[in-house]
Amino acid sequence: MLSVTGLTKTFPGARALDGVDFAALPGEVHALIGENGAGKSTLIKVLTGVYQPDEGEIVHDGRPVRFQTPLEAQHAGISTIYQEVNLVPLMSVARNLFLGREPRNRLGLIDFRRMHGEADEALRSLGLRVDVKRPLRTLGVGAQQMVALARAVSVDARVVVMDEPTSSLEPREVRTLFGVIRMLKERDIAVVYVSHRLDELYEVCDKVTVLRDGKLVHTGPIAELDRLRLVSLMLGREMAEVSGEGVTKFTGDHHAGREPVLSASDLTVRHTLHQVSVEVRPGEVVGLGGLLGSGRSETAKAIAGALPPDSGTVVVAGSPVRTGSTPAAIRAGISLLPEDRKAEGIVPGLSVRENIALAALPGLSRFGLVDDARVDKIVDTFMKRLRIKASGPHQKVGELSGGNQQKVLLARWLAMQPKVLLLDEPTRGIDVGAKAEVQGLIDELADEGLGVLLISSDMEELIEGSDRVVVLKDGAVVAELTGDDVTEDRLLHAIAAAPESDAELKTVAPDAAAIVAPASQPVPVSGAVPLDRTSSGGETDHD
Amino acid sequence: MTHTHTERPSRATGNGPAPGKGASGSDNDEAPLGASRAELLSALAQQHGALVTLLLVAIGASIGFDTFLTGDNLENMAVSSAFLAIVALGMTFVIITGGIDLSVGSLFALGGVLGAWGSQYGTLVALLLPLAVCGLIGLVNGLLIAKARLAPFIVTLAAMLAARGILLAITDEGANTYLVDEKSFFAGLGQEKLLGVGVPVWITVALFVAGAVTLRRSRFGQYVYAVGGNEDAAALMGAPVARTKIAVYTLSGLCAGLAGALNAAWLVSGVTILGTGMELEAIAAVVIGGTLLTGGFGFISGSLVGVLLLKVIQNVINQIGSLDSAYQQVVSGAFLAVVVIAQTWLGRRRRMM
Repeated sequence: MLSVTGLTKTFPGARALDGVDFAALPGEVHALIGENGAGKSTLIKVLTGVYQPDEGEIVHDGRPVRFQTPLEAQHAGISTIYQEVNLVPLMSVARNLFLGREPRNRLGLIDFRRMHGEADEALRSLGLRVDVKRPLRTLGVGAQQMVALARAVSVDARVVVMDEPTSSLEPREVRTLFGVIRMLKERDIAVVYVSHRLDELYEVCDKVTVLRDGKLVHTGPIAELDRLRLVSLMLGREMAEVSGEGVTKFTGDHHAGREPVLSASDLTVRHTLHQVSVEVRPGEVVGLGGLLGSGRSETAKAIAGALPPDSGTVVVAGSPVRTGSTPAAIRAGISLLPEDRKAEGIVPGLSVRENIALAALPGLSRFGLVDDARVDKIVDTFMKRLRIKASGPHQKVGELSGGNQQKVLLARWLAMQPKVLLLDEPTRGIDVGAKAEVQGLIDELADEGLGVLLISSDMEELIEGSDRVVVLKDGAVVAELTGDDVTEDRLLHAIAAAPESDAELKTVAPDAAAIVAPASQPVPVSGAVPLDRTSSGGETDHD
Repeated sequence: MTHTHTERPSRATGNGPAPGKGASGSDNDEAPLGASRAELLSALAQQHGALVTLLLVAIGASIGFDTFLTGDNLENMAVSSAFLAIVALGMTFVIITGGIDLSVGSLFALGGVLGAWGSQYGTLVALLLPLAVCGLIGLVNGLLIAKARLAPFIVTLAAMLAARGILLAITDEGANTYLVDEKSFFAGLGQEKLLGVGVPVWITVALFVAGAVTLRRSRFGQYVYAVGGNEDAAALMGAPVARTKIAVYTLSGLCAGLAGALNAAWLVSGVTILGTGMELEAIAAVVIGGTLLTGGFGFISGSLVGVLLLKVIQNVINQIGSLDSAYQQVVSGAFLAVVVIAQTWLGRRRRMM
């Protein structure tokens, strides 16, 4: 139905897709998976006309095609549901559903009576009962996603692409979605399904294609692949190789007696985090493990006040911190080094000196005037200490290498004299030498008594660097690895573990469940569907 | 349409409203019908706040000044509102797409001069020439904004300066004033009355009806809302984003040119100094009328109310007489500030609900 061969797409500085083959067949649900930067999104955007491929061929219905715009792809019968709801919030539900194909009367004017009737019918068939005249934004996110789904399937689609469609759905809505997917299968429509939730993949998909670093690493029926194997394919870690690497150098025990410097408990954010609790002791590096979308970054953001939690508490060195406020978190001594340093961190047009002093300025000024001498002293100290390679404090940060930019950011937060440092992917996108230096720095800082929470998709870094690893899955803590259990092997098993209720899937990877059980701390909310979400359905439509 | 054969759980949406609650049964779904009462109230305030204020000011004025409710005064206000209203009509489309058009004041003046000059060759030329030239400038604005992806503010600011320049060039730096033959049909378009009401007023009413139908009931109107509401989503849903933008700026240019020509017919001459600051007056009227400056929400009738409100306030201050007419602008400005604050507040409240 829709297939691509030898697809290559290069962006400045990165090859997003490298000779990828992919085929979606009628009546088949095809899972497309991979970690961040694996090329899934790029592939989807090429399939749906958002990007044009540099090389390779797209064949649709037996003919080679080239979609210049999303509209062309839609006309060819390819419709897409995006992860973020891509509808117009201020317009009514019906108008959103029918934009561009409204029923019209003889005068060419929109026939609202018919449009509202048909919209109502389309949504009812998906089990959604809402007043279709209401503005879309008055609906809950899940209901909005269902409207997007209704829109995607009500056009005459041959291929439906779903990019993480369940990320904002309630469990009940997920069931409805799966019902729709099965209906699409019966109608011989090809479905491309992107998700990080393994349970879903095994439940609804027939085939799976795994991408890593822009390359195709595996494609085949999903039933032939057990969970552990799937996770190792995604992360690029072979089990044999993992077991050969031996034990870690950390023991983790010597921190046990000390009072935690950071203690976050029961952090809950709707659809994102479910009662996540993390403790960090002074001098300890705690890793946050899990796949993309498991809630790692969100946990860090919730602690740092950047993501207001619905409930839960954060306590730093014994005193509670007001949640949902970055200034309060910073005052309490929490510093977050964000994942996307370009968008959320450095100011490329400013100098090294200004970038370092930015956050600390209020403390460095008297009567609103900046004390230059003190700034110079701090900047000098950190440039030396972190070995920032720049022509001088006045060089623009935008001109530095990725590793040095990262060190500038680190210096900015260290200048605030934090008690806890949250590092989200601190070594992503920087070269090997700088990576080792940053890793060394993290160790040094911890030795000096700082509490560090480390998020990394680099398994080696996470395992080697952390004293303890808290494993997240679907926004909930599923395991905690301490001491000798901090190994890649154990981590892979913890991530791949099937939900306890799902006995059938458990048998696919029997060793996974067996190994995780003794290794993990008993956590009340295990599995993918925390209890607190099922009861909140009544609030869906008016938040 | 979808016909599912799968089992589906019957889904109660909790506090979903009873169907028909608060619904007027019309196709007008500007108000979030059936929404919670507080939301309904805030939507009503957004939609009809200007209308209520207009009525209060008008009632107050007719009690306070016996000259306010006279036929002459009303007729005067109506005709002088008509030209601004036509400009605001085009502006409403632009603002709903999330854009802005600063060129309309200059185009208004240019349209007037071209209309007066063209009237010597007959009514058709007097109308078509300003429409063609101003429409073309609007088209260029739209192309630069939609295709070259330049900021509307800058593009239309440039057009505003350029149009003023063209105007000065064809009038010898404003030294030439083209007159309209008072007995011509063209002059009649500005000066004649139909059923006791000036022709420009009738034209304005007709244009507003057409504009409202276009915005609410045509596919193009839906695209206008979609582009302003969420441009990326609109593009992904297959809406012709660029074409919609080009169309609204062209429309805005056409409206400004037509308003200018009719104004010239009314004044029986093309006055070059007109229209300065008119773009801001039009924007103010649109925003006072309840259209969101950020785009995606708004309605034509509101802009008409906004224009009338500005003109009534102007008129009242003139009636007071002892008050310097400069205070008109102070009052209009204060009014705009209040409206924007109210809009922001209502918007924030609604988001929290």
